[in-house]
Amino acid sequence: MTTSLDLLLWGAAPYAAIALLVGGGVWRYRYDRFGWTSRSSQLHESTLLRIGSPLFHFGLLLVIGGHVLGLLVPKNLTELLGVTEDNYHLVSLGMGSIAGLAALTGLAILLWRRLRVPAVRNASLRSDRIAYPVLALAMLAGLTTTVLDNGLRGGYDYRETISPWFRGILLLHPQPELMAHVPLDYKLHVVLGMTLFALWPFSRLVHAFSAPVHYLLRPYVVYRRREPGRVGNRATRRGWEPVDR
Amino acid sequence: MRVLAQLAMVMNLDKCIGCHTCSVTCKQAWTNRAGTEYVWFNNVETRPGQGYPRRYEDQDQWKGGWVRTSGGRLKLRAGGRFRKLASLFANPDLPEISDYYEPWTYEYATLIDAPLGTDVPTAAPKSAITGAPVQPDWGPNWDDDLGGSTEHGVADPVLQRLRDDLGVQVKFEFEQSFMFYLPRICEHCLNPSCVASCPSGAMYKREEDGIVLVDQHQCRGWRMCVTGCPYKKVYFNHRTGKAEKCTFCYPRVEAGQPTVCSETCVGRLRYIGVVLYDADRVTEAASVADEHDLYPAQLDLMLDPHDPEVIRAAEQAGIPHDWITAAQRSPVYQLIHTYRLALPLHPEYRTMPMVWYIPPLSPVVDAVAGTGFDGEDGHNLFGAIDSLRIPVEYLAELFTAGDVTPVRTSLRRLAAMRSYMRSVNLGREPDERVPAAVGLDGEQVFGMYRLLALAKYDERYVIPTAGIGQAHDLEGIATQCSLDVDGGPGMGGPAVAGGQGRVDLVSWRGTGRPDALFPTLRGGGDR
Ligand code: HEM
Ligand code: SF4
Ligand code: SF4
Repeated sequence: MTTSLDLLLWGAAPYAAIALLVGGGVWRYRYDRFGWTSRSSQLHESTLLRIGSPLFHFGLLLVIGGHVLGLLVPKNLTELLGVTEDNYHLVSLGMGSIAGLAALTGLAILLWRRLRVPAVRNASLRSDRIAYPVLALAMLAGLTTTVLDNGLRGGYDYRETISPWFRGILLLHPQPELMAHVPLDYKLHVVLGMTLFALWPFSRLVHAFSAPVHYLLRPYVVYRRREPGRVGNRATRRGWEPVDR
Repeated sequence: MRVLAQLAMVMNLDKCIGCHTCSVTCKQAWTNRAGTEYVWFNNVETRPGQGYPRRYEDQDQWKGGWVRTSGGRLKLRAGGRFRKLASLFANPDLPEISDYYEPWTYEYATLIDAPLGTDVPTAAPKSAITGAPVQPDWGPNWDDDLGGSTEHGVADPVLQRLRDDLGVQVKFEFEQSFMFYLPRICEHCLNPSCVASCPSGAMYKREEDGIVLVDQHQCRGWRMCVTGCPYKKVYFNHRTGKAEKCTFCYPRVEAGQPTVCSETCVGRLRYIGVVLYDADRVTEAASVADEHDLYPAQLDLMLDPHDPEVIRAAEQAGIPHDWITAAQRSPVYQLIHTYRLALPLHPEYRTMPMVWYIPPLSPVVDAVAGTGFDGEDGHNLFGAIDSLRIPVEYLAELFTAGDVTPVRTSLRRLAAMRSYMRSVNLGREPDERVPAAVGLDGEQVFGMYRLLALAKYDERYVIPTAGIGQAHDLEGIATQCSLDVDGGPGMGGPAVAGGQGRVDLVSWRGTGRPDALFPTLRGGGDR
């Protein structure tokens, strides 16, 4: 049985999140390309960042890879390839815990640094105050599902419920009923994940969209011609802020 | 042959009095904003000294520029493409703010606000970044004029190399030391390693004039360019999260005016002009095996603007006629190529820099005069240039990857000119053997003298305007400014298409609705 809350959370909210993610991304790209950056704070502090940031990012990339495998690849496909449920479970538990732990440790270092190093704290954005907690909580909830449900409690096969639900969303065939009875921590993780996607374009997280893989292909030295009509053009002013500290 | 035009600069170091006017006017024009407090697109450092940022020349530490692999190819010293991507999350070779200096200001307000009392109020220093009280222990030009050099000067990476490789000791005791000033801007290199290091492709070299710029709308703040530049002339704006650098004052140069640093230079020692070069051979020239060959190889890249074949190729490449004539009158080309006076800064970085320097003769003249001999006498000077191991070897480490011959040639020519022209000025018969000893004749010495001593504004700056077909647009410059783009001064972001504004969530203080937050309806768009 699906309640209206279920409908809202697992039928409507995903599309709202996607709309915000895509629409917000397009809006930001068109109107705020100047604000689209990693906002590196390494100039202020390097030692902690050099531990925390790679730990966080590499861990996270693994986690993202795991999500793609777990959510997008249907169970019968992996079975067809000869991967048994036990094997899959073992790998996902092992890799998931390690990667999740690495990412979370990294984030903890980064958070500590952001709060305790004055120059870094100063360089933080208003949006960070929402983005960091949501990110941290989503990751914490995610690690809980892996360690608690899949590890200590013996295993929960989300590939029977959450994964088909997720694919249903993408295929425009929502099946909220699939999510109605999954364990609470999974539900929490999914809600937090949707929140994170909704926040994505409006926070520093946008930098992930511009991962510069094309660097591998382009020639080293870039030449460009001056834009026709560029000379003497009038454009908007911005970034002229006085030194006010 | 693919002919490209490059705006290049030459600075005559003998004339630099270390007044820092260039730095200050540059800063006032371009980097007087939050986020760039520590940034000096133009800085003047005392040599010997550590420079800015501290010890930037130590590439074992900072990994700037290119290296030649054993296979004869060029590789970024900080690592290839995969290595770059893998180290995106934390750049292992990035200077921290303390390597430049922590910018500070003073609590001036307390001078006025302090309650009435018996104590004299003081303006305590505070960090311009965090606002916290600081005790400055390093700053821009902390070691100016050899100040504290017994402590700091020894850390000069060039001196260190002289000490380690050649066993040459440098004295910092008063009366035995030497010094000169080295004004530095971005070199607008022919083979820019900053551009090559940028993963986003936001940095580029302009085809028309060779100016190297950062597209502020494409920069994603990966901060690899800062490491890539061996001269540390790309800076990270910590407020906007984007890279910024010297723009060669392109909005001025496009209108035919010299850069701000040149315009305001008290010593009038800067020259700007066009150099034509063969873009097809840049990589080849930058990869020669022997570092001593880099200076000749770069000379060889520069094309003779009077050669009919070069002119034809330049026209075919679409270089406007006034740019070719400008190249023919270029003071820079003459100082670099005709007289061989100017030398590149650190050619061993293999970036093919395009701001060149006439090495200073003054330390030598001073040394000769200090011994009681006539410091202006040609033969005394010739002898001194050869016998004074310092500064010739020091200069060679700076300008020719350690090869003393070109430095000696340049200094000897300068000495010959001094001596010859003194005879002329005193009404004596000049000794023609003096210029002959340095491979010149009297007429050439006069030409050199004219360029170095007399050249007026129009001769020092031979700058053709941008796009002749755009003369109409140029009229607008008097009232409009092509710098009026996001992030402040002309960082090369694309102009805004009609009616499409932008808004920066980051700098938006959350009060009111920024103009460009939402698309505007047709007609009402242009602000
Ligand atoms: C593969 C693509 C990505 C690249 C190339 C990348 C790169 C970077 C870089 C260069 C920084 C700046 C570090 C500094 O301060 O110098 C950064 C910071 C950050 N990134 Fe990423 N990132 C990627 C993906 C992600 C993803 C997917 C997330 C989160 C879901 C993320 C979250 C963050 C956060 C939270 C910070 C701020 C760290 C801090 O300073 O506190 N990144 N990233
Ligand atoms: S000197 Fe200028 S052009 Fe050359 S590498 Fe550095 S920033 Fe790039
Ligand atoms: S303004 Fe001219 S003389 Fe003064 S420091 Fe700068 S380059 Fe030297």
